[in-house]
Amino acid sequence: MKISNKIVEKHGLKIEEYESIKKLLNRQPNLLELGIFSAMWNEHCSYKSSRIHLRKLPTKGKQVIQGPGENAGVIDIGDNDAIVFKIESHNHPSYIEPYQGAATGVGGILRDVFTMGARPIALLNSIHFGSPDHTKTKSLLNGVVSGIGGYGNCIGIPTVGGETKFNETYNENILVNAMAVGHANKDKIFYSKAKGLNKSVVYVGSKTGRDGIHGASMASAEFDENSEEKKPTVQVGDPFTEKLLMEACLELMKDNSIISIQDMGAAGLTSSSVEMASKGGLGIELELDKVPCREENMTPYEMMLSESQERMLIILEDGKEHNAKKIFDKWDLDFVVIGKTTNTNKLTLKFNNKIQGEIPIEALASKAPIYDRKWIKKKPQKKEINLKDLKKIKIEDALIKILSNPNHSNKSWITNQYDQSVMCDTALKSGSDAAIIRIHNKDKAIAVTVDSSAYYCKSYPLTGGKQIVCENWRNLISVGAKPLAITNCLNFGNPENEEIMGEFVECLTGIKQACEFLDYPVVSGNVSFYNGTNKKNIYPTPVIGGVGLIKKITKPLDHNFKKNNSNLILIGKTFGHLEQSCFLRENYSINDGLPPEINLKNEKNNGEIVLKLIEEDLILSSHDVSDGGLITALAEMSIVSKYGVKIQKPKKLTNLFKYFFGEDQARYILEIEAINLPKIEKVLKNNDVYYENIGFTQKDYFEIEGELKISNKDLFKINNEWYNNF
Amino acid sequence: MRSSVIVFPGSNCDRDIGVALEKMQFKNQMIWHKETRLPKSDLIVIPGGFSYGDYLRSGAIAGKSLIIDEVIRAANSGCLILGICNGFQILTETGLLKGTLLRNKNLKFINKDVQIKVLNNKTKFTNKYKKDQIIKINIAHNEGNFFTDLLHLEKLSNENLIAFKYCDEKGNINENSNPNGSLENIAGIFNDNKNILGMMPHPERMIDEFISNKDGVNLFTSLLG
Repeated sequence: MKISNKIVEKHGLKIEEYESIKKLLNRQPNLLELGIFSAMWNEHCSYKSSRIHLRKLPTKGKQVIQGPGENAGVIDIGDNDAIVFKIESHNHPSYIEPYQGAATGVGGILRDVFTMGARPIALLNSIHFGSPDHTKTKSLLNGVVSGIGGYGNCIGIPTVGGETKFNETYNENILVNAMAVGHANKDKIFYSKAKGLNKSVVYVGSKTGRDGIHGASMASAEFDENSEEKKPTVQVGDPFTEKLLMEACLELMKDNSIISIQDMGAAGLTSSSVEMASKGGLGIELELDKVPCREENMTPYEMMLSESQERMLIILEDGKEHNAKKIFDKWDLDFVVIGKTTNTNKLTLKFNNKIQGEIPIEALASKAPIYDRKWIKKKPQKKEINLKDLKKIKIEDALIKILSNPNHSNKSWITNQYDQSVMCDTALKSGSDAAIIRIHNKDKAIAVTVDSSAYYCKSYPLTGGKQIVCENWRNLISVGAKPLAITNCLNFGNPENEEIMGEFVECLTGIKQACEFLDYPVVSGNVSFYNGTNKKNIYPTPVIGGVGLIKKITKPLDHNFKKNNSNLILIGKTFGHLEQSCFLRENYSINDGLPPEINLKNEKNNGEIVLKLIEEDLILSSHDVSDGGLITALAEMSIVSKYGVKIQKPKKLTNLFKYFFGEDQARYILEIEAINLPKIEKVLKNNDVYYENIGFTQKDYFEIEGELKISNKDLFKINNEWYNNF
Repeated sequence: MRSSVIVFPGSNCDRDIGVALEKMQFKNQMIWHKETRLPKSDLIVIPGGFSYGDYLRSGAIAGKSLIIDEVIRAANSGCLILGICNGFQILTETGLLKGTLLRNKNLKFINKDVQIKVLNNKTKFTNKYKKDQIIKINIAHNEGNFFTDLLHLEKLSNENLIAFKYCDEKGNINENSNPNGSLENIAGIFNDNKNILGMMPHPERMIDEFISNKDGVNLFTSLLG
């Protein structure tokens, strides 16, 4: 078959790329080989536009066992315990088919984690939808939430945290990022690197069908008006089979049978076999007749490109097949030796006793294209908003506007659809700054959270990148955890557009600077480009998933006020930065100016000292101050509590709007007992932490002296309205 | 006290209930669904989860599994049987308990802490609770909407076969305190002999102050006698 330019383009490859393929092969590829190149060389699998920038991220540290490049990152939490985690996007499929797209996003990220020998212990997600009023938003939200729940609930891993945001930038391209966290023994981590010649390559799990063919290529292109036609490329999830696969794999991992193991995710059998061979410097030969197929007459092309879910590839030690098969038989799963490792350094594909395709591994992996795409720096758009020019409003009305907005509304409509409690180790659930998961049978725990700040990143990517890392770090500190490492999911528009590429590069620089300063390395992640439709790109939306350690658990620290008449301390300085704030956006539809500046030194110092106070058991409750400012953070604490607050007016910053709604960074609210105040003030002063005594807790009412007084009950009602009327 | 937890493919609360039973000093064994013989047990637990993916109908396939004949035999000879969540659904599929669990009224999976009231505390499962005690307990299900015919419902009431009803913090049993649409807020029922209890809420999730509360503990200590 002659490969025409049209066929090349249909495979998502550029003509120049096709020319390099011919050069690498010294001949024209056949259709099967072209399909394999398209699967490996697309943006989703090859990271061709992002790779040179990703290299700059800090990935090392005392706590890091495995950084990026494996199925997931691995960190050390002491006592031979390791935490394995990663976040991944499933944006494109979820827009086309929200339930299955989201469900298989969860399934895929879970496989990445248990492939490494970890039992998954928590799921999180970051989901972004278009404007609440957009015709599609509600049905997409409904589908995505059901899909996430449908998969996680069935497999029995608690979904413990996440964020749900709305912004018209996602009208035609929603974001669905799923994060999984697992626990493994440090000396029992499994990797994907193949080793040894003539070792059995085993296919386990579900059968292969025609679903998801070219899914990865779809995820590497912009949407257009025909996107709906791409439905057949979305995979269908089967959480029941994944549960069996997980249990079977974890059972097999108890002994020493496995040399290497890799899940079949994007680009299925192709990327898993190439990845294993390329890391091991080996070749791999597959007999495709042996691949368990769900449908009749499947061609090698279809088998190699199918993205059917719940499948794994394992390379076994000699003589272990029999025992391994027994385990998979017990779980009623397919277990078939479909090939072997070779010394040819080639991917060799046989079907009907004939070689149907043969490609040097390096052509698919290390020689895949890498682009240093052009990018331009964002010019800072300084613009100070003068409140005097704006229509006068009351503080109370401004607060209500924020709390009733879907972005700030109580999300229990969503989180009640997720089983958060299964596995019986969830100590702090969704709705907190971070979730707390106890390590099973131990008296330590991890805290996990995901964050993003698309408005900040859009207005000034460098600061935005820094800010999300810092906010994520603060969320962990707020529940008393020492932040250890992050995973990131980088959702951006079209990298061939210089501005978009600029957003990517600068966000990444911001992330890098913050991670370096905070000793908060990146251990895994995923890049999702081409988020947009018909040249309209989404706001740059890097999502950060962070993991922290609570060495000794006593009781989980949350942001519910605990006592009447406790002292409230605000940590960190309030300058009153209103540009890019929730306040201006919700009340005046103003989106101008720069995001609040990040002072990494203060961020680190404030965080470390707050953590110290928490560890000394001096804090009753704590909450980080983020979008919506001080007043929103206080309201959030009151809404979930029996107690409200009585806050004094500020002594220094006289503009109340700036003081209460400003989004200055590195701030926390701490509830403490009066008796501990002198001790705490001493620690803060000795460590140069700026703080203010802002008021006290009181029964039932949220009050700013002389300005407003609302009952907690009313706040609760306001905060729940949107979803109640869903 | 010897207990056995039946593990189906897709069970996912099996570990949780196993941990709870051991913590409460039961001598527990996990029994794989392909077994055809049960070890001697004083209590058999059918745990929560999605047995066989719940693909046909919740609990339907598990109700026809190899091990289930043994469970029925044990039940008929008076062994104590506890079905939690999917376990309750399976018990109704086997006919050991009458009635059925329909989809939640709001057609969504529901996970949250709710209150239930102990209606009958004179059973092997509930004797350590006080009559009408209100306990806070976690539910997590798609199909927990209990339904049965009028005759059975009358019998349940008249013979004190309702174990728990959903209520609010003050103990009010009404539509507002009914999370899933269950008939008369029923959260758990006994069979005629009261040796079988099926319940949608998860007592195994309520045995640890650090994670939740200890409201589930009395169910286990009741069984220990």
